[in-house]
Amino acid sequence: MSYLAKLRVWRGDAGNGELKDYKVEVNEGEVVLDVLHRLQATQASDLALRWNCKAGKCGSCSMEINGVPRLGCMTRMNTYPEDETLTVTPMRTFPVIRDLVTDVSFNYAKAREIPSFTPDPSIKPGEFRMQQEDVNRSQEFRKCIECFLCQNTCHVIRDHEENKEAFAGPRFLMRIAELEMHPADEADRRDIAQDDFGLGYCNITKCCTEVCPEHIKITDNALIPMKERIAGRKYDPLVWLGSKISMRPKSKGTPAVPGKR
Amino acid sequence: MATTDTEIQRYSYDVVVIGAGGSGLRAAIEARARGLRTVIISKSLFGKAHTVMAEGGAAAAMGNVNPKDNWQVHFRDTMRGGKFMNNPRMAELHAKEAPDRVYELEAWGALFDRTPDGKISQRNFGGHEYPRLAHVGDRTGLEMIRTLQQRVVALQQEDSVEFGDPEARIRVFAETTVTRLLKSADGRIAGAFGYVRDTGRFILFEAPTVILATGGIGRTFKVTSNSWEYSGDGHALALLAGASLVNMEFVQFHPTGMVWPVSVKGILVTESVRGDGGILKNSEGKRFMFDYVPDVFRAQYAETEEEADRWYTDPDNNRRPPELLPRDEVARSINSEVKAGRGTPHGGIYLDIASRRPAEYILTRLPSMYHQFKELADVDITKEPMEIGPTCHYVMGGVEVDPDTAAASVPGLYAVGEVSGGMHGSNRLGGNSLSDLLVFGKRAGDGAADYISSLGGATPAVVAADVDAAVAEALLPFSRTEGESPYEVHAELQQTMNDLVGIIRREQEVKDALAALEKFKERAQAVSVPGERAYNPGWHYAQDLRNMLLVAECVAMAALEREESRGGHTREDYPEMSPEWRKVNLILSLNGDKIEMVHQPIPVVREDLLALFDISELKKYMTKEELAGHPGAAALEEGH
Repeated sequence: MSYLAKLRVWRGDAGNGELKDYKVEVNEGEVVLDVLHRLQATQASDLALRWNCKAGKCGSCSMEINGVPRLGCMTRMNTYPEDETLTVTPMRTFPVIRDLVTDVSFNYAKAREIPSFTPDPSIKPGEFRMQQEDVNRSQEFRKCIECFLCQNTCHVIRDHEENKEAFAGPRFLMRIAELEMHPADEADRRDIAQDDFGLGYCNITKCCTEVCPEHIKITDNALIPMKERIAGRKYDPLVWLGSKISMRPKSKGTPAVPGKR
Repeated sequence: MATTDTEIQRYSYDVVVIGAGGSGLRAAIEARARGLRTVIISKSLFGKAHTVMAEGGAAAAMGNVNPKDNWQVHFRDTMRGGKFMNNPRMAELHAKEAPDRVYELEAWGALFDRTPDGKISQRNFGGHEYPRLAHVGDRTGLEMIRTLQQRVVALQQEDSVEFGDPEARIRVFAETTVTRLLKSADGRIAGAFGYVRDTGRFILFEAPTVILATGGIGRTFKVTSNSWEYSGDGHALALLAGASLVNMEFVQFHPTGMVWPVSVKGILVTESVRGDGGILKNSEGKRFMFDYVPDVFRAQYAETEEEADRWYTDPDNNRRPPELLPRDEVARSINSEVKAGRGTPHGGIYLDIASRRPAEYILTRLPSMYHQFKELADVDITKEPMEIGPTCHYVMGGVEVDPDTAAASVPGLYAVGEVSGGMHGSNRLGGNSLSDLLVFGKRAGDGAADYISSLGGATPAVVAADVDAAVAEALLPFSRTEGESPYEVHAELQQTMNDLVGIIRREQEVKDALAALEKFKERAQAVSVPGERAYNPGWHYAQDLRNMLLVAECVAMAALEREESRGGHTREDYPEMSPEWRKVNLILSLNGDKIEMVHQPIPVVREDLLALFDISELKKYMTKEELAGHPGAAALEEGH
């Protein structure tokens, strides 16, 4: 049942590093993270990697396996032929700290710029009334475990460091969609989605949806509807006419929170 | 960073919260709301804490689904679940305040599942008389951690506007580990010392208060639902700082963990599977839980499958299915069935919802369970039963605290959530953990704020020699070039605790475990770690090992001492529950490097709380003298 797997693991730090070859025992039913743990316990106690729950719920063990962004804990070894060499590398979009651990602070900085949940201040805790059908959409987005695999795979920033300033990435554009579709939220983040968080950069190739371990339909259910909401406001002729003849005041979106990057 | 570099980065705060799970974040939010400069220290990235793994929900008697529910019923269920070993004041505060704490989450953006009239929906769970758990499918813990995380961010955004610095009053140090609490010369909390994982750099927080919110001890056992972070850090830090632990023998083995494949053994299968209609069957296809209803619960549980099945739709006129007994009972029953040779091929028991509920229902109610089994075990839970068995899940024992403020015995030290003891007695009910985190998290934040006011501006100062000692201790594993890896010692420790101090305990085995622990302690003193300081898991492991060994010894000592079976402590040689032992809390503390244990009387249950129970139920737990104040005591005397 058990066999020796050939592993090629990236070892190194921010400065430099290399792929190192290892042979590690694999047993029935094991996932890539199990094998990396065995490597740690038997051959490389200082191999840096992140993990927590080992059940696909925390989103810590994000890595690239044969170049594909995946969670180590949810990738079973039997999905690869026994004689195949598995190449395990850190997420490419983020700077390496050491080995498989990357600096994901970009994501936390973006999170802090999105205006938070903004309910009607006159509603007291306990008084919210929402129908299940109205919360379904945002609930789907709140399944996100913040593994940042979608951020890592998105080609807007994967090989374009220069776009990071202007583009928040699928996870945080989805966060904006989540708040916009929250039945009790009153802010309007449509302008900033486009102007400050770079929704326009997304050309809906659905790479983010493909790598999402929670199977969230990021593109179809979050990004495209957000694009439609923005287009609806910007290009709706009635809205345009209304604003021209001052029938309705020009809507003012909620501004982004000043960031500290 | 060289392995001999002793440079330290210093910071100064009002409150240091160690742990960024539900209780830590709730405590930090409260401390910040009280105007205190607060720091949150997290061993992992922000938002990854073990709370994300909680599945079922947060128990709060809101009465949204069954209006008969109220705090008194919740209090009763909690005390019954804990076999009356709970600190009654904590159980009371918890039952009373849980609804407000859950509503608060909703006001911060949480999206719970709804009732048809638009309120927060509530689900059934083991030991809870009415549907009580606010939930989001089977990922409630994730919703809670994200909501609290986003609340912290919202507060930082306020500070960003007010002070131009989002971290002016609340800052998160992710991937940072505390190895020592520091005290002033007069014995007050003065700070915390540790290291930042990604650089290996030492860090010192000077602060008059520390709130421990470090979670549990599951990593001392081999089969566990807990993540690597659960190495008993807070329990050990408290002991080392001079605080005491209470009732560490009470360890909850959750009845339903995955058993196959081996690599996922122990991963949790939510109790909601049973709350939503799943049943337990042995290899003969028998629904065996009917054979295991203990006398103390006989009146509340169905005796036939027909009655049990009717309960899901008509709970007012039928009694509950025995699959929904408290966790300790179900775990022991599964253990007995497997031992009697009626287990599954992989040594578990069948948990079957496939034959009981339509596939669409299962997919809506239990989406994560569906994916977990599909992706990790190739099992489709809408078509086949799951194989499950007990897994180490939770420790009821913990730091001894004041119920109202969460204060430990060391001035300035607080403990909340799983690291604290008393709230859950000898066994925690499912759903009572998430609400515990919120209720006592808030209380600890308030407790710390009040304590700081009482200091009147005085700041306890750290003792320089203690800091030097902490640095030396942390660097020690690098000083050895030869010596085994900490992974080896840890693996053997886990196996020993699993085999000898696990779900069923025997005197000689626990003694053997204590002897083995002595050897592990010696070996832990001699481990070596190659490599550098930056993100070196071997080095981190060596630090955690000290904590796990301390905690394991406490569990084993208390398990040997308590000569009865109750909740999360089952002694094969003392199978009965003893009213005399119920009166005893086992208190553990550190004297030099030796753990000492004393018996301490359990807090008295106030008469108005005692009157919530029928005396015929209480007499199964308590001595006649304890019941003298109960309104029904006279009747008991007359022999009714």
